[in-house]
Amino acid sequence: MTGPTRAEYCVIACAEAWRDAGEILASPMGLIPSVGARLARLTFSPDLLLTDGEALLVRPDGTVEGWLPYRQHLALVSGGRRHVMMGASQIDRFGNQNISCIGDWERPKRQLLGVRGAPVNTLNNPTSYWVPKHSRRVFVEKVDMVCGVGYDHAAAHPDTSRFHRIPRVVSDLGVFDFATPDHSMRLASLHPGSTVEQVREATGFALMVPDDLPYTREPTSDELKLIREVLDPRNTRSREVGS
Amino acid sequence: MSDKTMSAEEVVSRLESGMTLGIGGWGSRRKPMALVRALLRSDVTDLTIVSYGGPDIGMLAAAGRIRRLVTAFVTLDSIPLEPHYRAARERGAFELMEIDEAMFMWGLHAAANRLPFLPVRAGVGSDVMRVNPGLRTVTSPYEDGETFVAMPALRMDAALVHMGRADRLGNGRCLGPDPYFDDLFCEAADAAYMSCERIVDTAELSKEAAPQSLLIKRHTVTGVVEAPNGAHFTSCAPDYGRDEAFQRKYAATPWPEFAERFLAGDEQAYQSAVREDS
Repeated sequence: MTGPTRAEYCVIACAEAWRDAGEILASPMGLIPSVGARLARLTFSPDLLLTDGEALLVRPDGTVEGWLPYRQHLALVSGGRRHVMMGASQIDRFGNQNISCIGDWERPKRQLLGVRGAPVNTLNNPTSYWVPKHSRRVFVEKVDMVCGVGYDHAAAHPDTSRFHRIPRVVSDLGVFDFATPDHSMRLASLHPGSTVEQVREATGFALMVPDDLPYTREPTSDELKLIREVLDPRNTRSREVGS
Repeated sequence: MSDKTMSAEEVVSRLESGMTLGIGGWGSRRKPMALVRALLRSDVTDLTIVSYGGPDIGMLAAAGRIRRLVTAFVTLDSIPLEPHYRAARERGAFELMEIDEAMFMWGLHAAANRLPFLPVRAGVGSDVMRVNPGLRTVTSPYEDGETFVAMPALRMDAALVHMGRADRLGNGRCLGPDPYFDDLFCEAADAAYMSCERIVDTAELSKEAAPQSLLIKRHTVTGVVEAPNGAHFTSCAPDYGRDEAFQRKYAATPWPEFAERFLAGDEQAYQSAVREDS
């Protein structure tokens, strides 16, 4: 078997978000987070719940085990038994995320999706992010519209944000967290093949980098086999992240 | 008991410029498109639209019918960004109340329950509060003292929804896996108009149906419209999936050209044009 690709390190980094999560809903948005969530479910987090992307709860093989229409899904969010991994058109030093628009909200330069469920997600259940192409356009000093709430804004409302947590941000270059005294973003691990310089170059704010920086862990041979033969045999993951 | 069947044109004749209209479905899924197309053929305009947005919003925005939009997103699902909505927003075509998906849902619940607002743990700390300066917070009167957004009721003059089956009295059956929020839209509006794939007898509507699929209750419905393929090009599971090829064409065609080709005639002309094109 050939060695892991960059996309496969990303799958592992996403899967790790759901380690020790228990019996909760894993809500991955995007292809690689979805492969990651199913990998976690098939290996080290067997109690995870998954959806078909619409109203059904399914096992990794597609067997339906429950019903979760949007109305119940939103109730589950406020119950907190969920860890979502959302995308981010912009994300800043404190983990504020934007998927609404670029430029002035009143008359945007570029209209995007809208806030969607980012405000409710970030105040109610752990919310991680996936960025397939790490760049200064995404990792910005300040987002144009706060959709997902970051640590600085959460701190201004300590009672309402008591369930706020951003466990990790995964990009094609590495894994990031907020385990710093002021909850600013930190490089937590580098994917093999990336360098700290490359990450700094592609990040629009000063990033905390620990002295003993680890690499993102290697997939086991069983995990690689699952990814390549069961979860994504058509290798669509390589279209989301290049080598 | 009264027969509530009517044509899409009769529905639209009961709508007026300046009204607040709710539109059911979600993104590019089970949108009451035949009713939206009828609306586009009328001169009703200056609307406040309340919708988990899809091509309903793209079309009404492109046609300049929206004065104010209340939404959490506008998307075509398989095409993430709705091009006609984007263009309208980028030229500042209408006012926007951009709120979170859960805030939207609690706004519907509040309206359906005749409450002025409901508390929701969403919005605080986000720019939803900055871009909606009218939103207020409320503090729990109990010992926890927590602060929430007081999501105002999203009360509507009329709601438009699309179901798989309905009877002539206004009972509607949802055959698909997700009811979205269509029953809430009907309860939160002063008048609700339901289009459906097929009108059937009440006995047939409920025969072999799981009771919970009987989603829409007749006391919430003012008019019933039989509109086969009426959600096209959005999905209407299990009757049909989204017409992806047509949606791509919609997204790629300049609006005036699309409107000229597909929306110049009535619903029958639309459906024929779709068949000719596929």
